[in-house]
Amino acid sequence: MTEQIDKALAREYEAGFVSDVESETFEPGLNEDVIRRISGMKGEPEWMLEWRLGAFREWLEMEEPEWALVDYPKIDFQSISYYSAPKSMKDKPKSLDEVDPELLRTYEKLGIPLIEQQMLAGIAVDAVFDSVSVVTTFREKLEEAGVIFCPISEAVHKYPDLVKKYIGSVVPKKDNYYAALNCAVFTDGSFVYIPKGTRCPMELSTYFRINEQNTGQFERTLIVADEGSHVSYLEGCTAPQRDENQLHAAVVELVALDNAEIKYSTVQNWYPGDENGKGGIYNFVTKRGICHTNAKISWTQVETGSSVTWKYPSCILKGDNSVGEFYSVALTRGRQQADTGTKMIHLGKNTKSTIISKGISAGRSNNSYRGLVRMNPGAEGARNFTQCDSLLIGDQCGAHTFPYVESRNPSAIVEHEATTSKVSDEQMFLCRQRGLDPEKAVSMIVNGFCKEVFKELPMEFAVEAGKLLEISLEGSVG
Amino acid sequence: MSNTNSLLTIKDLHASVEEKQIIKGLDLDIKPGEVHAIMGPNGAGKSTLGYVLSGRDGYSVESGSVTLGGEDLLEMETEDRARAGLFLAFQYPVEIPGVSNLEFLKASVDAQREARGEDAITSADFLKEAKAACKQVNLPVAFLKRGVNEGFSGGEKKRNELMQMLLLKPKLCILDETDSGLDIDALQVVAEGVNSQRSADRSFIVVTHYQRLLDYIKPDFVHVLSDGKIVKSGDASLALELEAQGYAWLQKEPTEDELEG
Repeated sequence: MTEQIDKALAREYEAGFVSDVESETFEPGLNEDVIRRISGMKGEPEWMLEWRLGAFREWLEMEEPEWALVDYPKIDFQSISYYSAPKSMKDKPKSLDEVDPELLRTYEKLGIPLIEQQMLAGIAVDAVFDSVSVVTTFREKLEEAGVIFCPISEAVHKYPDLVKKYIGSVVPKKDNYYAALNCAVFTDGSFVYIPKGTRCPMELSTYFRINEQNTGQFERTLIVADEGSHVSYLEGCTAPQRDENQLHAAVVELVALDNAEIKYSTVQNWYPGDENGKGGIYNFVTKRGICHTNAKISWTQVETGSSVTWKYPSCILKGDNSVGEFYSVALTRGRQQADTGTKMIHLGKNTKSTIISKGISAGRSNNSYRGLVRMNPGAEGARNFTQCDSLLIGDQCGAHTFPYVESRNPSAIVEHEATTSKVSDEQMFLCRQRGLDPEKAVSMIVNGFCKEVFKELPMEFAVEAGKLLEISLEGSVG
Repeated sequence: MSNTNSLLTIKDLHASVEEKQIIKGLDLDIKPGEVHAIMGPNGAGKSTLGYVLSGRDGYSVESGSVTLGGEDLLEMETEDRARAGLFLAFQYPVEIPGVSNLEFLKASVDAQREARGEDAITSADFLKEAKAACKQVNLPVAFLKRGVNEGFSGGEKKRNELMQMLLLKPKLCILDETDSGLDIDALQVVAEGVNSQRSADRSFIVVTHYQRLLDYIKPDFVHVLSDGKIVKSGDASLALELEAQGYAWLQKEPTEDELEG
């Protein structure tokens, strides 16, 4: 059966094409001048530049973390280009008509039409291509509701007070090696502000695309949900198929003020490298949210891409009665390596967190769950429930679970459940005996395994995630 | 023994599992509409026969031939055998957590329809059929929404197998010790379901250790499988004989022959 599975997994990466767009790209290299140039390209105010330079100086003193269960050659940060933008973006197109049609075609090919009439109704998209935001749709409609949804480079100019107040407030500059690097060189990303008591009238979505060779992508997303507001946000990402590894080090910060709710979903499909582990994206991402009183943050992620993933979307449950959730499906195949999980930091009273993690390993991949649940002394009556399930396909892959639990409050309750199972010969035989081909059988079994997580995704994306999984598993069975 | 109007023809079949020979020269011919019971002691190769016919991985055929509706069954992939109309009701149905019965059944039915060049069945039509099938096997309709066999009792699993058979409408049904683990009431439900499916163009192989099931499903032929071969065939009365005398007298036969010789 292993052979069949490997065959089924040897699928094509559908988003692997390269767009022919003329770009302006920095020479590889990283120093203060490069950071000044990035800041200059964006016409940033002085405080933003100083903030970047501060982070860069911190970064120089830091060491690359080595504790994750992933293995890759040391990254030469001087060989990466830190800025690349389509030339046509230089004069800032005012409307869709002015946007390079090749860019629009790229997104259309990826299933993200940017022409509003063709889009899924009810979803506004910010399309980020290499280092810049290309288009943000439905902005007028959102502005009517008072919702701000724009590239972060624009927010720095238009809403400096909000940006200044919240940027780096959840993930401090020197939080970790990659976060510090991101602070120094981040190029674009999305900024969202939902005013008090407002329910965002549409789903918000950012679609990240790496196109240029030897470029790193360092995007930064900041979402602020003011008191009593509600927003659902989705991020998607793809990259061309290339033999070299490319670095993606993003930072996402969420702020849920009192009684606010943020639902953040990710469908991550960066190029995973080929069967032998050549090429692919290094996905080193810091995502964290802070919940004030009665607030709720829910992370849902479907991770199928990247050659190496290092990612722990977390919640700081600061306010009393706040709620944090983490639902994750991580699929690795070929030589992919994923070390992913979450941190739930309980500070407030009666805070609650739920962690449901589903890891699927196939081929010769390694898939690890790493999670921390911390109950601080003030977390009276706090609760956590964690469930970590691993599914193995074939016999050459690995699944690992590293749960850390620290409880400093005797009234706090922490529950942890973990299972490891295999797609069994019996299950495959039953499916095939009923007439299903092996690929359909595996994707059905895996989809069943992931059901608890998929039901947390916004409906349109649940379908997309299911399909993505199906494509990812194509040829993984025989 | 075989002829053109046979549904299934097995000739001198030898098959092994993990290099151990289990089926050692088996012949069987089944015509459309016939019900054949295969009985025999534990370890005779009864379940193996079902797995070999349905093409389970790890069960290898060493020699002999099997045709289903004139086609070479042994050349086909497992799923193609199913699409050709072969159905195996499992002795121990496996669970598939998170995949709803309804989703699984519809995918199976659609896969088989596709192989026949038909369009997928509409969800509404399928739901109607599935509900009717539930009713027929005495399973609450809520079972359609539960994961395949997930947390089902032994009897519920067997009835679920039967429900799949009702929906897939196979040409040849192999019931692998469907009676094991069933109480008398459940046994009757299952037997009634099977009987309702008997027709001129559907045949059954009923594999069982005990005669009890055959009180409810009347076979046209009874075969005794011992050490990988059919050692005796007869009509329904053979089953009663076996019930009374056990299998030992059949297994001893060669020894007596030798003594006489």
